[in-house]
Amino acid sequence: MADLRVNLAGVALKNPLIAASGTFGFGREFAQFYPLSVFGGVSCKGLTLEERPGNPPPRIAETPGGMLNSVGLQNPGVARFVESELPWLRGQGTAVIANVAGSTAEDYCRMAEILSDTAVDMIELNISCPNVREGGAAFGTSCASAAGITAAVRKRCKKPLMVKLSPNVSDIGEIAAAVEGAGADALSMINTLTGMRIDLRTRRPVLRNNTGGLSGPAVFPVALRMVWQAHSRVRIPIVGLGGISTWRDAAEMLLAGASAVQIGTVLFSDPYAPVKILGGLETYLRENSAAAVSELTGQVRPW
Amino acid sequence: MKAYDVFDGPILKKSEIAPGVFDLTVLCPTAARTARPGQFALFRVPGKTLRRPISVCGIAPEAGTLRFVFEVRGDGTRRLSGFREGETVNLLAPLGNGFEPGDTSRRALLAGGGIGVPPLLAAAAPFGKNAVLAAGFRNRDAVILKDDFEALGCGTRIATDDGSFGRRGLVTELLDGLSFDVVFACGPKPMLRAVAAAAKSRGVPCQVSMEERMACGIGACLGCAVKLRGESGTYYGQVCRDGPVFDAETIVWEG
Repeated sequence: MADLRVNLAGVALKNPLIAASGTFGFGREFAQFYPLSVFGGVSCKGLTLEERPGNPPPRIAETPGGMLNSVGLQNPGVARFVESELPWLRGQGTAVIANVAGSTAEDYCRMAEILSDTAVDMIELNISCPNVREGGAAFGTSCASAAGITAAVRKRCKKPLMVKLSPNVSDIGEIAAAVEGAGADALSMINTLTGMRIDLRTRRPVLRNNTGGLSGPAVFPVALRMVWQAHSRVRIPIVGLGGISTWRDAAEMLLAGASAVQIGTVLFSDPYAPVKILGGLETYLRENSAAAVSELTGQVRPW
Repeated sequence: MKAYDVFDGPILKKSEIAPGVFDLTVLCPTAARTARPGQFALFRVPGKTLRRPISVCGIAPEAGTLRFVFEVRGDGTRRLSGFREGETVNLLAPLGNGFEPGDTSRRALLAGGGIGVPPLLAAAAPFGKNAVLAAGFRNRDAVILKDDFEALGCGTRIATDDGSFGRRGLVTELLDGLSFDVVFACGPKPMLRAVAAAAKSRGVPCQVSMEERMACGIGACLGCAVKLRGESGTYYGQVCRDGPVFDAETIVWEG
């Protein structure tokens, strides 16, 4: 059997599949279906320094091949995560990635410090949330601000630092290179694309927040292209995400340059998707006589 | 034992009980053993990103079946209505908390609007003749499940928007002269709000089944928010996990 293990910036994952932040809570709900050790890692729901109530409903709208969400970082705050969720999640046999978001650079730094003294394996810097008024994506959409926040957090973070990039930018390669230069240990990409739907009867946007983040199969080709572009610009590992629904999507993402992948929206239509994706990947590796999944990374043969 | 899981269940019976309203009986023994009135299932719709939530209308643990009655509202429910007897549907169930029946010798009022009526049938079952249904529909053609409630021994009072069946008017106008000790309600938000107010004015507890756009159905994605009143102020709870049934007193009515 092919070796599915992946080393992600010093974090050993038993396979390249990670549950994507925001779709998976802190894991408890999905643990009803299967042991969370199915996943190489779990990226927990985005955390903020203080508890956040989230946005008013409706927060969800279905779209062709995908969905919009504007949850708005509803979360219990980093302290309650560390106290009430982390000890359980830590014991599930999967790598724990703490996704953090803030409205100021100091928020991010303080969270990185707090989490550095806990059992989390890695910190994922969310500078790309499209659903909160200040912060979030504001940090992720220019090279200078993305590099600035990465460098500031890097100084105060003792864990491997992964920066989650926004696709809502003009040159993803520039941002990826800037974030690497500022000291990021890994990149995850992409966060959701900002989108909108309007109810024709009421002429109101379907989402109470007016706009939201687009995810699901519709965004996969965009994510794939961006990972491919970023891979040619950086040496640090990339975690590819955005609409991955099948093992084929996962394999494409690895070939485009990802070292690991995250899955999120597919879990809503099929909670068992990770089991199927891993099974498919193993078969693909066997049929292609690959000894390890890591052999796929970046092996696309562009024209 | 798992609280919920994904099942492939064959459709044993299917009929259109009113224009655009479909009645499915699905063989799903594991979920049928544990499901409670007020809980729901998420139906997978081939080709769609999101599953569709449908409340349980009937539970038959011995037969291993669940009954679902739903209305075609859009493309997803239209596709679900196209499934035929013998074909298999994929459902995630049972989800949510369900109604708390409490003492079934009490007199129960089941207040429903339109496609909110089906989950009340499951809630009425343990009350039998101690229950009265007060339900509102668009018109005569849209009236559903009246015979099913009567077969349980429940009284029925029906209102329609156009007066083509029963009384013309709102569900709350059916309550004159009725006495009841507990209310279970499901329907459009303005109706729920009015029923909750009517219950409160009589000092009667009221449980309401809420609806919101939903993704995961299990409390992980936080998509289906509802504003609730807690001990330390208001907060957003999740319809799928904290509900869909709530004590009406905890709901912060908005919009």
